[in-house]
Parts: sequence; structure tokens; C-alpha cells
Amino acid sequence: MGKIVIVDLGTGNLHSVCKAIEHVSSTKSVCITNQPSVIRAAEYLILPGQGAIGTWFNQLQSNPELEQAVRDRLKSGPCLGICLGLQALLEHSEESGGINGLGILGGSVKHFSSNPHHANTYLDKKNNTTPQITHKIPHMGWNEVRQTLPHPLWQGIADRERFYFVHSYYVHSTHPQQIMGQCEYGNLFTAAAAKGNLFATQFHPEKSQHAGLQLLKNFVNWNGDV
Amino acid sequence: MALAKRIIPCLDVDRGRVVKGVKFVDIKDAGNPVEVARRYDEQGADEITFLDITASSDDRETIVNVVEQVASEVFIPLTVGGGIRALKDIHRMLNAGADKVSINTTAVKNPEFIRQASQHFGNQCIVVAIDAKQVNTEDRIPKWEIFTHGGRNPTGIDAIEWSVKMAQYGAGELLVTSMDRDGTKDGFDIDLMSRITAAVSVPVIASGGVGNLDHLAQGVLKGHADAVLAASIFHFGEYTVGEAKRYMAKQGIEVRT
Repeated sequence: MGKIVIVDLGTGNLHSVCKAIEHVSSTKSVCITNQPSVIRAAEYLILPGQGAIGTWFNQLQSNPELEQAVRDRLKSGPCLGICLGLQALLEHSEESGGINGLGILGGSVKHFSSNPHHANTYLDKKNNTTPQITHKIPHMGWNEVRQTLPHPLWQGIADRERFYFVHSYYVHSTHPQQIMGQCEYGNLFTAAAAKGNLFATQFHPEKSQHAGLQLLKNFVNWNGDV
Repeated sequence: MALAKRIIPCLDVDRGRVVKGVKFVDIKDAGNPVEVARRYDEQGADEITFLDITASSDDRETIVNVVEQVASEVFIPLTVGGGIRALKDIHRMLNAGADKVSINTTAVKNPEFIRQASQHFGNQCIVVAIDAKQVNTEDRIPKWEIFTHGGRNPTGIDAIEWSVKMAQYGAGELLVTSMDRDGTKDGFDIDLMSRITAAVSVPVIASGGVGNLDHLAQGVLKGHADAVLAASIFHFGEYTVGEAKRYMAKQGIEVRT
């Protein structure tokens, strides 16, 4: 019996992910858990997360068995990371005072303010209003994703489709072959990354209406091969 | 190509029904919230906001049920406001399927609550709602004061200063309603919106006063809002969200189509 397992690290809106998965998959059972044995046995693993990455890692590392189960399960079988579930796969993050990630994907996580565009203000001369900040933080809302490489999870989704984002830190990938999608917000950043059996998105497919549901549907029909 | 400006229909919910009043009085029924939310999702709404205006706390469970039902079939961000007083209230709404909570009165009573809430749940899900009304000043420099309890209680707090403070405390977004304009259909208070958007580095949702599609566009073009919120123009079938987006796109505004 195929089981879709959503890893519960106590952060973020796991129920939204669960409801969206239930919507696209009527045949497989879905559960939210932090039980190592259930995570190891998962046919499909989803690693979601919102909020602070430090809290996320504290939750993971507070239980060594859980951490090992997640690390082992990420090595084979279809896995989907969402938001922090992408950022945690990188080597390092500037967030939470600087923290090492799982190091599965090449690159690091940076704050948007480290890019000068975000501090820039402009004067709207036509309307003669007060200076405005050009790129608000968090990056919140629907932005376009350019599909940089083909992947089974992009099936049926148009290039430059909009997805829903909400984040203040972004992924800077150092391995171009791992970048599946890019988005622009003051600077280009990795919106989707993949490596073998892993696919991970900065955006929230569970909140991205038709395109997001299509991606989740592709995921639960994916065998983990590229 | 860039981040789209968002259109957010707002559902004021009282005892399980969508209602809409003018300046917080003269309430009209606008339907079943689940059906209304489904309709806006189909029309291409970028998010949906529910404000629980139920007076009695006995009926608070109703809004949780509404959110649960909507979240199981509508896959866009959902915000819920009204009656959020403690971390457990936020937890309950997020568990029901909300993505963000909007906090007004509790933030004024205890600003530290915003800091705690954003540390606990992340600032992406903490929206501070600001109800502001212009007040007379001797020196004739425009000034807005914030009100709580659905616009009934003045606080003496300056709206611009409050916006800056709330962003510093961890609000991920501000929902700014002009009480002078709410329900009037005269358009957003552009002066208020542009002063707040210039003062904070978090996204701002403009609210209060939308009577036509040009008002929505002006909220973005002149008010510099990141999102525009409206209720009655959509509830009573005057315009669809799709029509609003087409109009805004013609004005050169980036929208999700």
C-alpha cells in the first residue's frame, strides 16, 4: 500500500500540504508524522516547513533517530521539499545566526537584504509621492518560474507559470545542473532544485492553485527517476 | 516580469454568513462563505481574507469550520482575522487550514504578542491589521490615528508610527484599512497608503473604500500597495476578480492571469 508521508517538524502549515495532496491523490493514504519508522517506510516523502530554519533543525536534531531516518530516506525514493524543505537541503544558511544544512544540494541560503536592490528606494516622479522601497521583504505573492531544465515534475505546467512564494531568504545554487527553475526578485534565485530522487521548491505548490496541484500530482505519480 | 500585485477579496463573516456593512454599520447578507470563497477562487483571486466579526465568542467555532471547508477545496493563501488573542488561537487557525492570521486589537493591547507570534510561527503568517482614521491637527499636517475593536475604540496612536513599529516587531505584512473610506466606495485613502508603504519594508495591503476598478489600480499606482483588498464590489456581482485583473493589467500593473 503506497503511503505519502509528510514530515512533521512542528513548523509551518502541514495541513495545507496534506489537504492539497489528498485532493490530487485519491488512491494513496497520506499521513503527517515524526515517527522514524513511518518515515523510513514512506513511498513518497514530503519535507515541508515555514518559519525559522534554526527551529526546524532544532526539531530535527532533538531526535537523533528521526534525523537519521530523514537523512536515510532522502537517499532513495521520491522526495519533495517545500520552502524550508528546500533550504534545509543546501550546505549553509545565513538564517538563525548561520547554520549548516543537510548539504545534499550545492549552494547556500542568503537573506534578500544582502542584495543592494532591496535597500533601494525610488521616487515616483510622475505621481510625486514619497520614496518607495522597490522590493519588500518577505517576497510574498505570485511570481514567475522559468523552467531552466526539464523534469518529470514540470509535466503539464507552462514555462513562466506563476507560483505562490513567501520567504525572506533565498537559495543560491552553486551547481547549475541542480537548478530546475529560477525566479527573479531583485536578483535571480533558485525556485526549484533537483538531484536524483529529490525535487524541492521555494514556492508553495499547495497554495499555487492549478499549477501547484499539477506539480503535486506529478510528484505522487513519479517513481523518483529522472 | 515581476512579482504580481495581488487582488484579495475580503469576506466579513458573522455567525457563518458573509456580511457587508457601511462604516461598520448597516449590515447586508452576502451569502455562504464557502460558496463565496469557491467563486472567488474560480475567478482568479490571489488570496482570500476572512474577518470574523461575530460578536459572541460562543460562535467562534463557526469560523474554524468555514476555514476547514474552504481549505480542503481552495488552494490559494487564506488569511483569517478576528478574535486572535493568544498563540493557541493562531495555532487553531493554522491547523484549520489558514496560512496567515490577521491581528488588530491584541497587537495594540500587547505589542509584544506580535514579536512572540512571529518568532513562534514565522513572520510569513503574521499580518497586523491597522484601522486608521484621519484626525484634525492644529498645524494641518495630515495625521491618522488607529482604532481597535472593529473601529469603535480610539487609541491615540499614530498610524504611520504604529506601522513602522509593527513591522519591526515581526509583522510579515500590514493590512491597512481607512475607516474614513470603508464602505463609502470613494476609493482608497491614497495619502495614508503611500505614507505607510514608504515607511515600511514589508508588503502592505490597501483596504477600505473600493467602489470601482480604477480605485484598485490607484491603490497600486499611487498608494504603492503590494495588494488590494475589496469586498462589496465583488460580493454583489458588480465586478468579477477577472475583470479587475484585466483592468489593472491595462493600466500596466503586473497581475496573475
